[in-house]
Amino acid sequence: MMQADPGRLMLLVATRKGAFVLHGDAARRDFRMDGPHFLGHVIHHVVLDPRDRLTMLMAVSTGHLGPTVFRSSDFGATWQEAEQPPRFPKAAEGTRKRAVDHVFWLTPGHSCEPGVWYAGTSPQGLFRSEDGGRSWNGVAGLNDHPMLDTWTGGEQDGTPDGPKLHSILIDPRDKRRMYVGMSSGGVFVTDDQGTAWRPLNRGSLAEFLPNQYPDYGQDPHRVMLHPLRPDRLYQQNHCGIYRMDLPEEHWTRIGERMPAEIGDIGLPLALHPRDPDTAWVIPMDGSTVWPRVSPGGRPAVYATRDAGEKWRRLDQGLPREQAWFTVKRQSFGADTLDPVGLYFGTTGGSLWASSDEGERWRCIAEHLPEIYAVEAALV
Amino acid sequence: MIEVRLAPLLHRYTGGLSTVHASGATLHELLDDLDGRFPGIRFRIVDEQDRPRRHVRFFVNETDARDVGTSLKDGDEVYIVGALSGG
Repeated sequence: MMQADPGRLMLLVATRKGAFVLHGDAARRDFRMDGPHFLGHVIHHVVLDPRDRLTMLMAVSTGHLGPTVFRSSDFGATWQEAEQPPRFPKAAEGTRKRAVDHVFWLTPGHSCEPGVWYAGTSPQGLFRSEDGGRSWNGVAGLNDHPMLDTWTGGEQDGTPDGPKLHSILIDPRDKRRMYVGMSSGGVFVTDDQGTAWRPLNRGSLAEFLPNQYPDYGQDPHRVMLHPLRPDRLYQQNHCGIYRMDLPEEHWTRIGERMPAEIGDIGLPLALHPRDPDTAWVIPMDGSTVWPRVSPGGRPAVYATRDAGEKWRRLDQGLPREQAWFTVKRQSFGADTLDPVGLYFGTTGGSLWASSDEGERWRCIAEHLPEIYAVEAALV
Repeated sequence: MIEVRLAPLLHRYTGGLSTVHASGATLHELLDDLDGRFPGIRFRIVDEQDRPRRHVRFFVNETDARDVGTSLKDGDEVYIVGALSGG
């Protein structure tokens, strides 16, 4: 049973073999491990609802069984399966038979809509629940968009374990304004809560396509919107790190200021909760055959404090050599405390933490299964 | 009635029962009947296009059945098992 420590930090860790919860003390120095929960199940995301700080949703599948969502309304003490998990409609004869392989992403809805959640799936699909995750329906404006197949390409254009819809972002000023990332496909935006969608990819490179600056077809790995300046978006893409300052709909490649020997390829991204100019990335080797590990076997977080003008290496406490980390796109999280705490998990099952905005790192858990997602939540 | 033997990975839906009884003229109908009594079980083993999940196998008596349209009759035994897969 999970038991929360009121007012404390909680790390929700999703792994390929179950979920774990780490409860931090007030100083974020010591963490108490709770779990595994759903041992052996493939957990892609565990999210606490910030609107009530009580409800949790978990995206679950197993090696054999199909995808579903579990919901807890008692802070994880008990879990109930969704009565109607995300699923595509039954295909008409002669049309493409889409089936949800796994639920990859969970996002609570706008603060004015308690009970609303969104889910992103593999293959790319967007689903909405209006009852706290009990039942889900497809967002037809995207899932049935006549351009969707063209935007996303074939299934061979997806990520290694399946093409995904991720980074579901909701403008805190307007519940109708939403963004999603699709790998592949690019970044897409709606102004009417999901009925009409359009690409938002100008300036974003797709070096793997003949037209390297297409309207769509890019591979955003992680897209984030700053909660205090929602017109500022950041993107860690397959082809670099970008920033967009609306209303100009153009991505600027801020990763070109990264050291050349490190490059600006990576999967995850984290933002400072109060400073829109501060972001952190975890670079990976995206050269040749795409090892997707720490460049040179020397893991580091890189920070910008000026919206991408300059980057600084942060590796104190991290291994100095022969450490080949892979950190997936959901496995890097920031808390909202001061100073900001940062947390990332590796596919090798180690969990790293910094309680001083990335200056010093320490390993707070080892030997976990392959880590898929890390969410920091205050309870 | 048809005897249905379920792999352990499905026992959480049946309250721990490894064998249950259900009815249906096809596997499709049998799964509907099971889902009525054990909500959620159908979608875990058959996708929204009625295709068995990649690592789930059906046997009717001892014959491999790959299609939910497979006919059934009273007295049949249906096995729903996890295919060999690992990692």
